[in-house]
Amino acid sequence: MSEPLLSVKNMKKTFQANGGMFSKKKLVHAVNDVSFDIYPGETFSLVGESGCGKSTTGKLIDHLIIPDSGEIWFEGKEISKLTEKEMRSLRSDIQMVFQDPYGSLNPRMKVQDLIGEPLLIHTNMSAGERLKKVHELLGTVGLSPSHGERYPHEFSGGQRQRIGIARALTVQPKLIIADEPVSALDVSIQAQVLNLLQQLQKDFNLTYLFISHDLSVVEMISDRIGVMYLGTIVETAPKKELYANPRHPYTRALLSAVPIPDPDLTKERITLKGDLPSPSNPPSGCLFHTRCPHCTEKCKTQVPTPVEIAPGHIVKCHYPELTE
Amino acid sequence: MADKNTTSTINLAAAEELPKAQSKFKEFVKKFMKRKTAVISLAFIVFIILMAIIGPYVVPYDPQAPDYTAMMQGPSAAHIWGTNEYGQDVFSRLMVGTRLSLTCALTATIIGTALGVILGLIAGFYGGIIDSLIMRCCDVLFAFPDILLAIAVVAIIGQGMVNVMIAVAVFTVPSFARIIRSATISVKQAPYVEVARSLGCSNMRILFVHIFPGTIQSMIVNFTMRVGTAILAASSLSFLGFGANVTEPDWGSMLSTGRNYLNTAPHMVLFPGILIFLTVLAFNLLGDGLRDTLDPKMN
Repeated sequence: MSEPLLSVKNMKKTFQANGGMFSKKKLVHAVNDVSFDIYPGETFSLVGESGCGKSTTGKLIDHLIIPDSGEIWFEGKEISKLTEKEMRSLRSDIQMVFQDPYGSLNPRMKVQDLIGEPLLIHTNMSAGERLKKVHELLGTVGLSPSHGERYPHEFSGGQRQRIGIARALTVQPKLIIADEPVSALDVSIQAQVLNLLQQLQKDFNLTYLFISHDLSVVEMISDRIGVMYLGTIVETAPKKELYANPRHPYTRALLSAVPIPDPDLTKERITLKGDLPSPSNPPSGCLFHTRCPHCTEKCKTQVPTPVEIAPGHIVKCHYPELTE
Repeated sequence: MADKNTTSTINLAAAEELPKAQSKFKEFVKKFMKRKTAVISLAFIVFIILMAIIGPYVVPYDPQAPDYTAMMQGPSAAHIWGTNEYGQDVFSRLMVGTRLSLTCALTATIIGTALGVILGLIAGFYGGIIDSLIMRCCDVLFAFPDILLAIAVVAIIGQGMVNVMIAVAVFTVPSFARIIRSATISVKQAPYVEVARSLGCSNMRILFVHIFPGTIQSMIVNFTMRVGTAILAASSLSFLGFGANVTEPDWGSMLSTGRNYLNTAPHMVLFPGILIFLTVLAFNLLGDGLRDTLDPKMN
């Protein structure tokens, strides 16, 4: 296999939460020892429920927040400790598509200025050249050049997300971090945007880090998938392998919850007991032990090490054989 | 050639979109027109500004020409607002004095706004120690009553119209800094500001291109209200004898000289007083109207 484009190693991030005037300050473990590689040209997805640290992981890689410890290697360069200034030149290689298509576009700027902004920052193009490029990109994402003169509020959610994608494409990035790019959209529009993302990946040889909570969306777009739970990746596998042969008890429960559009098909529904533990007070040992059907004493005390049970299929569980 | 084509398409597109852009402004005008008090205030302010510009050319009498045959006369057909102790026409003096009072108030407010906005933006954007430093300095200025502060400033730097402007500007700064700071903090939370950082915008670009436009609304509203306060403050300083030369037609100093003849010629105090009162009221009501029109929750 070729060199990974992006390599995240043991990344950790905790946030301070104020617990009121007299209580102790709490630490929220948002991202807890996350490691993964992304290879050029592939789509790596992070799935998990709300608050499991997916978006934080995306923002950590994009240097919007700085990790407490761990390393982020991008094209053979460690970027997690760069200063904001040093990072700025790298930003044209890593672009982000954001979740909220309504909030992520400055309402006071014209669409052509929004899309042209990365060009203004990262290149020395003249205004005319920028506009030409913007019109070209508007066409690429299925909008017309005349849309450039308008303001974001004149567009629908799907169109705005296209504008966001066009903006991410302007500087020909190598990696696009798509943070829930379709979760704010209708299902029919979701498909359009996902198809667009796949088409663009082919046309521009893009690499995606795709963050989503929607397993059917992830199944459509990914090559490899990482499942996150309480700030850590519990299972990483190629898409087919993960959907056919999930090994971590959490992944199995998650997959069993995906609705299947076939009324005759019945399948075992795994319901997890209890609530999601608070990330400010994570369980000892295996983070999943409080809700795991196979929990033993060992799980309560020892943190499981990742085991590669098949090529590219890594599980963070003491007993991966139980789920075979 | 290619460039020419692009320009022509832009122009075409611009022509297409023009009605849209206008409609947004029209909507604002429509909403504003519903607020009668604000519209009347605006009309009054326009009249005052007009007077400041063309006043000296249209008033019936030379504001500086004494007429010793008609001293301290009450309102009459010849002098509608009466005359002062030198027989100068009060109406003419007030209209011509508009220029001095308004220029002083506007200049002071503009200087104060510019400084306050910059300080507020910096404090809100960078936070931390810079924020504390700027805001505590503002708190110190806030601790003094406006007029007292202005008098102190004039006492330090000396009398005269320019110094009055500086004094008024000084006490305008903290209120702007505070308002713009809170606006900056709220705009800073917007997702598009994080996006801007992710795109690689420099801090200066984020601050002035992405955050500053979001604070303009509160700036305009506060500016309108502060002009009223500035007129009052400048007049008060002139009244106290710190500002314009007494011989010059200025609202505050006219009020001040009129005070000596309160018993015999009350009109000398009455008309400048009413004019100051109405102008300040108009600026405040206009500010209220603008605030309500710009606030989406008020409709």
